Amino acid sequence: MHEFSLCEGIIDAVTTQTRQQGFSRVRRVWLEIGALANVELDALRFAFEVVRANTIAAAAELDIITLPGRAWCLNCAQAIAIGELYDPCPLCGGHQWRLTGGNEMRIKELEVE
Amino acid sequence: MCATCGCGESEPVAHSHSQAQDANHHHPGGPVHDHAHEPRRISLEQDILAKNAEFAAGNRRLFADRGMLVLNLVSSPGSGKTTLLVQTAQALRDAFPVMVIGGDQQTARDAERIRAAGVPAVQINTGKGCHLDAHGVGHALDQSLLAEGGVLFIENVGNLVCPADFDLGEAAKVVILSVTEGEDKPLKYPNMFAASRLMLLNKIDLLPHVDFDVDRCVDYARRVNPDLQILRLSARSGEGMAAWLDWVRAGQRNELSQHIDRLEADLAAARARLIHGGGEIRRTII
Repeated sequence: MHEFSLCEGIIDAVTTQTRQQGFSRVRRVWLEIGALANVELDALRFAFEVVRANTIAAAAELDIITLPGRAWCLNCAQAIAIGELYDPCPLCGGHQWRLTGGNEMRIKELEVE
Repeated sequence: MCATCGCGESEPVAHSHSQAQDANHHHPGGPVHDHAHEPRRISLEQDILAKNAEFAAGNRRLFADRGMLVLNLVSSPGSGKTTLLVQTAQALRDAFPVMVIGGDQQTARDAERIRAAGVPAVQINTGKGCHLDAHGVGHALDQSLLAEGGVLFIENVGNLVCPADFDLGEAAKVVILSVTEGEDKPLKYPNMFAASRLMLLNKIDLLPHVDFDVDRCVDYARRVNPDLQILRLSARSGEGMAAWLDWVRAGQRNELSQHIDRLEADLAAARARLIHGGGEIRRTII
């Protein structure tokens, strides 16, 4: 359940922005989470509801944008789509590819007032 | 409608939004209005783990300043990490300083076992936490755990999920899988095997007694991470331990030689400054 730690990181980052940007309430938080990231989205949503309590984001809604798994196959020298970390390259069937996207865990944007 | 912030005011004259703190501003020719209560968007594009990454970078600097090799040992509970560490510490402690940080939810039992092997060990109890983070490791780093040219093993909480995401400042993650577990764990917990540089297949002395297909396990692990190095050993019988100890020694020598390179570069830069500065002094005297 490191989703709690991740949510603490989100609230921490948002609170830091409060001081820098001068707002009093967070209405919405947009996250970008890669499809292959080590995150369980239901657990993340549950943890967010717990961790946001008594913070500037107490009523904030969470919007999660899922980013697809992408890789560069070294054999094919081509960009490929990857569904799981153990997937073979859909073109050559090999596993010699390097992940180029899909493991993101980013706070993209806030809506504040 | 204000085109810059969409604040709803009819505003023919452009106004500056350069100051983000300028929440209450006056539009020329219009009434003062309060932006603090109107929704606006702030683009962040910030990694959720950014803070952990900062702490990890701090730890990494501490280790690099001493030419230390730091390994983050991750596995399920019961894979034999502590036995492996005790045997490893005993075999290496005479060659260079060996230190251990042990992470568990409760008790100092692991650290006590490792101290009994004659090396400094500090226990971090994570309480309800399921992983170590770079901040907690940084706090645990007292002088007994920092030694020139030494090797620090960080025994993470037994968990194949959460520790995968948390950089502690280590040179590499070493994942330990024992043959009493499922051979398909690399597929079930791919993030951890993808994040590791070395896999130790432990308890191979028990292979005759269990249905564990080593080749299949290796195949699964390499599907997730084609670059994963794999060593088979038994910390209990000692079989295969020599290759693991050699791997650690090679890593230690590598860190130390990089440390020497950095020191020599610093020394050369200091010499250059001295010669340059000395020239100026002579000119002043003349």
